[in-house]
Amino acid sequence: MKPVAFDYYRPQALSEAVALLSDMGDEAAILAGGMTLGPMLNLRVARPRAVIDISRMSVLKTISVQSNVVLTGAGVTQSDALGSDLIQREVPLLAMALPWVGHFQTRNRGTLGGSVAHADPSAEIPLALVTCGGTVVLQSRRGQRRLPAREFFVGVLMTQRRSDEIVTALEWPRSAPDTSHAFAEVAQRHGDFAIAAAACSLRLDGLDRIEELSLGVGGVEGRPVAIEVNSFVGRQAGEIAAALSEHAAATLMPMEDHSVSADYRTALTEVLVGRAVNSALDMARQRRSHLQ
Amino acid sequence: MTTLHRAAGKQFTIELTLNGQRRSGQAEPRMLLCDFLRHELQAFGVHVGCEHGVCGACTILVDGRAVRSCTQYAPQADGADIVTVEGLAQPGTLNELQRAFAKHHALQCGFCTPGILCSVTHFLREMPHPDEQQVRDMLSGHICRCTGYASIVTAILEAAAAMSKVV
Repeated sequence: MKPVAFDYYRPQALSEAVALLSDMGDEAAILAGGMTLGPMLNLRVARPRAVIDISRMSVLKTISVQSNVVLTGAGVTQSDALGSDLIQREVPLLAMALPWVGHFQTRNRGTLGGSVAHADPSAEIPLALVTCGGTVVLQSRRGQRRLPAREFFVGVLMTQRRSDEIVTALEWPRSAPDTSHAFAEVAQRHGDFAIAAAACSLRLDGLDRIEELSLGVGGVEGRPVAIEVNSFVGRQAGEIAAALSEHAAATLMPMEDHSVSADYRTALTEVLVGRAVNSALDMARQRRSHLQ
Repeated sequence: MTTLHRAAGKQFTIELTLNGQRRSGQAEPRMLLCDFLRHELQAFGVHVGCEHGVCGACTILVDGRAVRSCTQYAPQADGADIVTVEGLAQPGTLNELQRAFAKHHALQCGFCTPGILCSVTHFLREMPHPDEQQVRDMLSGHICRCTGYASIVTAILEAAAAMSKVV
């Protein structure tokens, strides 16, 4: 199908984009890569009066280190992030999630910020951001606002973004060199939307105990969820994967849709959390045996 | 600093480079890039399938990158350097990749083929020595209902080997 008629704006400066959005609010849609907005426009799920194209704004395409975080501009494409040595080294969890995002051809245009702003519950980039405790940076005429990703996502396609705000950047905490990460997902075909996905980061102490742990699950509830795992810190790593799987599955209230039942999502949560935790543990132990 | 504004429902001139030539045509803001290329610039090798970014038939090269042309709009491509299947080889000839597709029967109806050829062109530039898994991963962005993909994979792997020998 074809979209409804819309006014097309291509501002050169971010301040102009912010001013336009401030004037038009909900009636305008921000267009970056168009990998989600495009289909929504063509299917007329979205019927904006105006489209504000920020896809050429070079100021939104930078990746940089700022003290303890890696700052990625909202317009950084998924393929540029995947090809970035800085991301591979400093935000390995994102690097592991990105090959699961769409396909080669969609990653070439789809952006990090677009995926976060859209907030599909099964999207991998929001899950990685929530799991590592990252931050969403928003800009409006009223100024800049920084929100923890764990608060930003509210529900299916719903976020804390106000109608006059543009997602301009994401902050990813830099991974400590001795932290291990893993990402696991099940979709109907590779590159399709995840039915469920799990992300895990952890660090072991010298006695094979969990010293640091974060665990996130996507595609199961209406938003990516960071599982509460404090009670697992300090425990022996050997017993942890099965216990965490059970804990995650018991914590979540799974969605149900035409193709996947709630029970199936719960079962997948157990399997995927187990895979992610075990694979992060394997990586941690390999790293330790290398050092010894 | 200025904001470019193109009013809804009005026609505007879009200028771009298509297969090495400066071209221009008329489009209103909501016109899909694939429709602009076909209807205004007669690039009929751009095939339009699902119109929401899923099937891959409309994949073209924009500034060297394989992207969908159905989820972009004509005014976004103003000034871009675009290559469609028509521009992959000299008219009347086939390149290494296209010859491999013909040899291995990597197409039957041919609807998905132009998009796949554009994708593979960019893919092999980034990854000149792919293994089968990497080829299949890249192909997951295309839907082919005829071949079952096996012959496409064979053709791509053979073309990759032949092309890296030439270099």
